[in-house]
Amino acid sequence: MARRSPLRPPGFDELGLKRALADRMLPSLVAAMAFLAALALAGWVGAAALARHWEQGAGAALTVQVPQPADPAAAGGGSRQDAVLALLRAAPGVAQARALSGAELDALLRPWLGAGPGRRALALPGVIAVRLAAPPPDPPALAALHARLAQAAPGTLMEQQGVWIDRLLALVRSLQASAGAALLVVVAVAAAVIAVATRAGLAARREAIEIVHGLGATDGYIAGRFAARATLLAAAGGVAGGLAALPVLLALAHLAAPFAAGGDAGPAGSAARSLGGTMGGIASGLPPALWLLLPGLPLAAAAIGFLTAQVTVRRWLRQLP
Amino acid sequence: MVRFEAVGMHYGPGSGPDVLHDISFQVPEGGFRWLLGPSGAGKTSLLRLLTLAARPSRGRLEVLGTDIGAAPRRALPELRRRIGMVFQDFRLLDHLSAFDNVALPLRLAGRGEGQIRADVGEMLRWVGLAARADAQPAELSGGEQQRVAIARAVIARPSLLLADEPTGNLDDVQAERLLRLFRELNRLGTTVLVATHNEVLVARHPAQCLRLSGGHLVAAE
Ligand SMILES: Nc1ncnc2c1ncn2[C@@H]1O[C@H](COP(=O)(O)OP(=O)(O)OP(=O)(O)O)[C@@H](O)[C@H]1O
Ligand SMILES: [Mg+2]
Repeated sequence: MARRSPLRPPGFDELGLKRALADRMLPSLVAAMAFLAALALAGWVGAAALARHWEQGAGAALTVQVPQPADPAAAGGGSRQDAVLALLRAAPGVAQARALSGAELDALLRPWLGAGPGRRALALPGVIAVRLAAPPPDPPALAALHARLAQAAPGTLMEQQGVWIDRLLALVRSLQASAGAALLVVVAVAAAVIAVATRAGLAARREAIEIVHGLGATDGYIAGRFAARATLLAAAGGVAGGLAALPVLLALAHLAAPFAAGGDAGPAGSAARSLGGTMGGIASGLPPALWLLLPGLPLAAAAIGFLTAQVTVRRWLRQLP
Repeated sequence: MVRFEAVGMHYGPGSGPDVLHDISFQVPEGGFRWLLGPSGAGKTSLLRLLTLAARPSRGRLEVLGTDIGAAPRRALPELRRRIGMVFQDFRLLDHLSAFDNVALPLRLAGRGEGQIRADVGEMLRWVGLAARADAQPAELSGGEQQRVAIARAVIARPSLLLADEPTGNLDDVQAERLLRLFRELNRLGTTVLVATHNEVLVARHPAQCLRLSGGHLVAAE
């Protein structure tokens, strides 16, 4: 062991904590926890972005079909389609309602009916594309709106793209909750690991602590020495774990990136797009939220280390007179 | 000021056998007392009470004007910093140098490093260990360790100085020097209690004696 000069060294270690809390064990375990926390965070952020996208994007769209659109409406002077359009535009929670033109309908149906005048022979319904405002109206409100539309133009269908989206949304929400729960468990385990290491350090340095306590050191002073050491070690573990997780997260983002390019309109395509956009907006990039959260890992680890050591040491010191 | 009123004490939690029974005496501020008695009489135990390393299980104990039984736990650290103790087994921190061991009370009191360097350097010179300032306790002889323990006990100019067999590992010349230091501190107002088996020393420095036997105070003359 190096000799000390008779000057107080910067890290004056009267309790001998450099040996008692020096094992590589604590930083390694905290690093493993930070690694898991980074993965859970990525899952949480990804799921949250997906949910947001669906709520505001695909989930916020409706299609309304009006059979015999040109026939007169049940009341008033206009056509059935005009009556439905007017009701939709006046309804709260509707951002935009637009009737598809004949040309748009032709384009939509060409794969099935072919080009040409044959289409005109079919009694096609009018199609109105509706964008809902954010936040979208809840299902009872939409049912009430549908009832009013059907009153004005009997036979009007409202097709909510939201049935499968609701299911996916429920799935994503539970994934998000699982990621959150994993995060909480990781925090609890990290605190337990630090508490165990602190208690081992207390047992190893019991005599030194009793001597320093006997010389008039307060509980706060002794707890502070332990907490400083635990904070340092936990922060180091947090940095190591975060750095180790980074290539994994980037690889995940890279794997998700192709979904961003592919995909047609429609549920699967939109889900894949949003997943790709979340996980790999650019091939090398993580979602911005993750870039903000990842540096928080060492800080969180340090905070957990500090608090756990303080509580553990203060509780232990109460056995001394 | 130290005051014992029918103090009893036992080790361990719950009710162990009493090692001190019904001790009553008082030492005025600036007093000097020898603490005498055969091995196992309870001298160290009595000093443990005075260093606030243990609380009495019975009776009333007053140290430096504070009733120890009634004082809240958080009031004790400040009191301890006004008490210097030379332990029978030294109780040095074995991973610190002699310098850092002696400096510890000053650092706990938050003194500046400049003053600490000067004070500790002077104290180590006085106990004849200036050349051994960097040595760790394991590298020191028994007498040298004892002198480090003495230096640590007096460095912060305590109001109450307690010494448990402080000359056990010293030669006669050093023991004599130590006693003169204690008497000098005592003259400057420090209350001093010294537990010892060294009857020669006691005879050479007559003062009031507290005599223990089997945990009882048998004489205070
Ligand atoms: N930590 C302890 N736990 C239980 N009993 C103890 C403890 N320390 C001392 N004792 C007992 O208390 C009694 C008094 O011991 P103490 O150390 O006070 O004696 P002493 O007068 O200092 O003796 P010596 O002159 O040998 O140092 C003894 O019977 C001893 O066995
Ligand atoms: Mg003893």
